[in-house]
Amino acid sequence: MIEIEGVRKSFGPLEVLRGIDLTVRNGEVISIIGASGSGKSTLLYCINGLESIQGGRILVDGEDVHGRDTNLNRLRQRLGMVFQQWNSFPHLTALENVALAPRIVKGKSRAEAREIARAQLEHVGLGDKLDVYPSKLSGGQQQRLAIARALAMEPDYMLFDEATSALDPELVGEVLDTMRLLANEGATMICVTHEMGFARDVSDRVAFVDEGRIEEIGPPSQIFGAAQSEKTQRFLAKVR
Amino acid sequence: MSETDSIEFFTSFRVEDLWFLLEAAGRTLLISVLGISGGTVLGIAFGWLLSIGRWYGAATLGWVLDVFRSVPLIIQLVLFFNFFPIVGFPLDPFGAGTLVLVMYTSALVAQVARGGIEAVSISTRRAARSLGMSYWQDLRYVVWPIGIRAVLPSWTGVALGVLKDTALVSVLGYMELLRASQILITRTQEPFLVLAVVGAFYFALSFPIARFSERLERRWSHD
Repeated sequence: MIEIEGVRKSFGPLEVLRGIDLTVRNGEVISIIGASGSGKSTLLYCINGLESIQGGRILVDGEDVHGRDTNLNRLRQRLGMVFQQWNSFPHLTALENVALAPRIVKGKSRAEAREIARAQLEHVGLGDKLDVYPSKLSGGQQQRLAIARALAMEPDYMLFDEATSALDPELVGEVLDTMRLLANEGATMICVTHEMGFARDVSDRVAFVDEGRIEEIGPPSQIFGAAQSEKTQRFLAKVR
Repeated sequence: MSETDSIEFFTSFRVEDLWFLLEAAGRTLLISVLGISGGTVLGIAFGWLLSIGRWYGAATLGWVLDVFRSVPLIIQLVLFFNFFPIVGFPLDPFGAGTLVLVMYTSALVAQVARGGIEAVSISTRRAARSLGMSYWQDLRYVVWPIGIRAVLPSWTGVALGVLKDTALVSVLGYMELLRASQILITRTQEPFLVLAVVGAFYFALSFPIARFSERLERRWSHD
């Protein structure tokens, strides 16, 4: 379970998060929607401690992410993250990209790590690209590689930061399909996304973030069918 | 000896002179290897400090390195060679030359190293950290291999430059290639021959570095 309580975050004088409260239960898929610059991505970065916070707290299975004694390197192994820019390691083959962290972070043997990597790449449909370098992969394939890389650490939670925003339109589908697959397998996911179709079909709950606050949160039927907040209605009218 | 009893000031180039030059080339090689390797190790550390970008780092270290980069090497050599005895730490030409070469090289490599570190995007490094890698694991397994691929050609340029710049250590009296060639030229009065041979020696020293780096580059390109 991830508990976010009154989280505040500023970049200099600019307050990006102004008191976010959100609890994510295990097995739940939550989509976070909202305009660019509303603080959605920053929230994800705060959850795995890539960004500090100025107020409130975030607990992952009861462990305070920003606590003084928290071992972030260990905590992050439970929080897989997929970025907008897929960030493949260009000097490594697809297989090595995925096998690196299990080997050096978890201390798996070379053979074990390769076996994990092969299984995860097959999982995301890249079983035929094991020895290919990222420069030879399409954006969609690189993003699926990034998903496999995160999954190889066997995380309890997956954070997706606009995973399809940097992709050419024809490549979005394959990545969304992979995310759907994970959701159907019961993964706990927090997805910052602009894909309203995905948010509606896959999420258990959808959160609309506006100006650093959660304006409205509820099941997709509520957000997309009967939004109570006027701001939510206005945003959805614009993106449709 | 000549038939008359007149004194010979000049004698022509002999085979033994090649050995003399070869020994000098060995000294050039030695001081180059020390200067380049020491300067590279130190320069990488400096480049890392610069890349962290704390103001006091940039203000002090950056300034010192700028001095080493900007003042002609020959002036640095003479200054430091005379400066060490003043502070009660006299060094022979080899020691002083090596020390100055290391500092000079490190100043050049620091900029190259910083460039390599900055060639790795913040978001790539965040991806590494998000997998649970520590700061040092990120540096070792992600930043280092990506960065070195980006700046190997620049580093090679620095290394070849320093190799040739070791000729300046001759002003301190260190018997490296250039110094040896001057002695031979004075004795044989055959500057063309001697300089051609010495040039060939420098080429023989530089060529392997250039080829090695070319081969690494080719191995690293996946296209």
